[in-house]
Amino acid sequence: MPLDALLLAVVTAAAAGLVGCFAVMRRMALASDAISHVALPGIGLALIFNVHPLLGALVALVAGVLLIWKLDEETRIPTDTIIGVVFSAALAVGSMMTPQEELVGLLLGRSRPISTLEIVFSLLAAFRVVTFILRERHRLVVSLVSPDMARTSGVNVRRLNLGYLLMFALTVALGLRHLGVLLMGSLIIIPAATARRLATHLSQMLTLSAVIAIVTTVTGFALAARIHQEPGPVIVTLAAAVFALTFLRRRA
Amino acid sequence: MSTILDVRNLSVRFGPSVILKDLSFEVAAGTTLAVIGPNGAGKTVLFRALIGAIPFDGQVQWAEGVRVGYVPQKLDIERDVPITGHDFLQARVRIGRSDASAASAVARSVGLSIDAWRTPIGELSGGQFQRLLVAFALLGDPTVLLLDEPTAGVDEPGQEQLNELVHRLQHERGLTVVLISHELTVVSKYANRVLCLGRATAHLGLPAEVLTPEALQEIYGTPVAFHSHDH
Repeated sequence: MPLDALLLAVVTAAAAGLVGCFAVMRRMALASDAISHVALPGIGLALIFNVHPLLGALVALVAGVLLIWKLDEETRIPTDTIIGVVFSAALAVGSMMTPQEELVGLLLGRSRPISTLEIVFSLLAAFRVVTFILRERHRLVVSLVSPDMARTSGVNVRRLNLGYLLMFALTVALGLRHLGVLLMGSLIIIPAATARRLATHLSQMLTLSAVIAIVTTVTGFALAARIHQEPGPVIVTLAAAVFALTFLRRRA
Repeated sequence: MSTILDVRNLSVRFGPSVILKDLSFEVAAGTTLAVIGPNGAGKTVLFRALIGAIPFDGQVQWAEGVRVGYVPQKLDIERDVPITGHDFLQARVRIGRSDASAASAVARSVGLSIDAWRTPIGELSGGQFQRLLVAFALLGDPTVLLLDEPTAGVDEPGQEQLNELVHRLQHERGLTVVLISHELTVVSKYANRVLCLGRATAHLGLPAEVLTPEALQEIYGTPVAFHSHDH
């Protein structure tokens, strides 16, 4: 198992576990899954113009979250519908722009060599996401309970939402390599949804979610190597299995 | 008495519909203004304009140095969100960079139970949840409390306790209170002035002037049974 790939997958899992907690508490589980789809046309364009696919993905993701942010802040159009339409269309258009032999790998993730640049970017991005969530968790908690109470507490809710969505985009970009545009959303949502079922308070939820994401990622890599599968689908299957296990335990 | 809030020609529109039109009133420091009116008259919209959460035309002028504590209408929090009363109050303490012990002191002063401290906020009873919101507002050391139907969803004895609590806090801290309420008895008991929002009109006056059967019928559109008590 290549160590650099595993290291990047682990820091990605930590970021995904933390970002996911606020996604599931803000009831944006489905939205978050769809957001990752917008990366595909970005990658397609990057391949056409011969720039790094990660850059294309990141630009498309940032454009995607800016769209959601604008719609949410400035219009009264139901965001769900827009996300359903725009992001599914992005997936359709993106799959036409991408060379067929690359498509499965981009959708579900594939092991491939990693450049030093990618390692540096990923470590910095993961660090940024983790510190953002840990530093802003109090503001995020208050604004998810009541944006108006957050406002009167001096929180710039608009800016906080934008910051959170950008961290979300960054996290998706981190996982595209080994999870692809279809599965990355699941690594953000499933460990957090599992932690939500088990935790009794906020810091426990954050810790559990990150730990579950990391453990399923490491186990997934090891298992995938043994059964000769790509790690992405194995990781997400494991995460879903852990989520299913929580139904055996009744909350006290 | 000095004016703490001066509202001039306030209008709020959502697209083509006008929610509030040319509303003007003042609130004197240390007093209680009750806002009453039928559903859809724009009471909550007025509060949201006062805290700057929505765009409006006209002028909302708070006196210098005012700190607003806002208690919104009953919030819908899912039961299994693992945010406890402690998490929620601690978050306010961290945002304000105040003393970490402030949360427990305020929780005691509003009568929040030890259980509420450890319980996910979505599982709290109506009364405990409202106390938690009041505690949250108090952590910002407010000079004004905006309370949007603070006793909605609270059982009867709890309602009375909450009203008494707000009254006591107002007395202890010299707070100005602006309160949305459907409880006309409560309004006549605690309010110094009443702002009655109708769909087309607004009246401002002393409780005895506004809470008359004729005025209430004009605002609510149907006869409203209400007997004021002298005290």
